[in-house]
Amino acid sequence: MKLKEIVEKLNLTIIAGKEKLENEVTGGYASDLLSDVIANSKEGNLWLTLQTHQNIIAVATLKELAGIVIVNNREPDEETVRKAEQEKIPLLGSKLTAFELAGKLYELGIKG
Amino acid sequence: MKLRKLAKMAIENRIEHSFVIKGKDFGNAGNVSTKIKDLLKEIGIPPSIIRRVAIATYEAEMNVVMYANHGTLNFALTPQKIEIVVDDRGPGIEDIELAMQEGYSTATEEMREMGFGAGMGLPNIKKNSDEFEITSEVNKGTKLRIVIYLDSKNE
Ligand SMILES: Nc1ncnc2c1ncn2[C@@H]1O[C@H](COP(=O)(O)OP(=O)(O)OP(=O)(O)O)[C@@H](O)[C@H]1O
Ligand SMILES: [Mg+2]
Repeated sequence: MKLKEIVEKLNLTIIAGKEKLENEVTGGYASDLLSDVIANSKEGNLWLTLQTHQNIIAVATLKELAGIVIVNNREPDEETVRKAEQEKIPLLGSKLTAFELAGKLYELGIKG
Repeated sequence: MKLRKLAKMAIENRIEHSFVIKGKDFGNAGNVSTKIKDLLKEIGIPPSIIRRVAIATYEAEMNVVMYANHGTLNFALTPQKIEIVVDDRGPGIEDIELAMQEGYSTATEEMREMGFGAGMGLPNIKKNSDEFEITSEVNKGTKLRIVIYLDSKNE
């Protein structure tokens, strides 16, 4: 499924990287530990996290993730937004918790 | 890169490059690993190998950023293997066996808030390498040698 479709269906806010919403989402990963995401996420995953610091963009770039959703209505740092634009990483926001959002993604057919 | 240097590398079947990593520079953290990954992709190295190199270089790079003052990462690719040596000037590691344990971390509260400090970095480097050596001297620095074979089955 394209990221764009997920953004629409789950009402995600687009914070940065809107030119990459055509990215194909292969699955999802939810974690707030960067080493865990580096070790276990896969290319094309949509990453759900509470983290708002700019290092999340470096992780998503290296792992070629489809995008990042910052959950719980948290706001990313300014440098994070700037870096997401620069690296063309879709940075999205949701009011939902990681648990709720993962459930909804599962319902859409986006699995591990 | 100089043409003469490139020609020499081609004859020797060896591509090498040295990268500088600055301590505490979270703004550029991850850039070296991403550059190496992009290079390997361009050369056409299999994705399973790139994946392991990316994990190992990222974790080594981040440890220099988090704990050391300054470091270099030397990368070398031959038809048989990829060798990465990361050498830093910093506090060093007193008890390497302890540092290698999963979950052990001296990351500060601030670093943990950014998502670091799971104590998974060094164990993940080891898991993803075919050869791994770590040496350290307190108050001087730490050196890692990571080798990943191009034909390895290690996952
Ligand atoms: N280059 C280094 N210089 C000094 N100390 C280091 C270095 N690399 C690792 N250490 C020490 O070893 C510990 C374990 O490192 P490791 O990479 O496994 O976990 P971490 O960095 O604490 O957390 P994570 O990598 O999961 O974010 C660190 O907390 C630190 O005390
Ligand atoms: Mg680490």
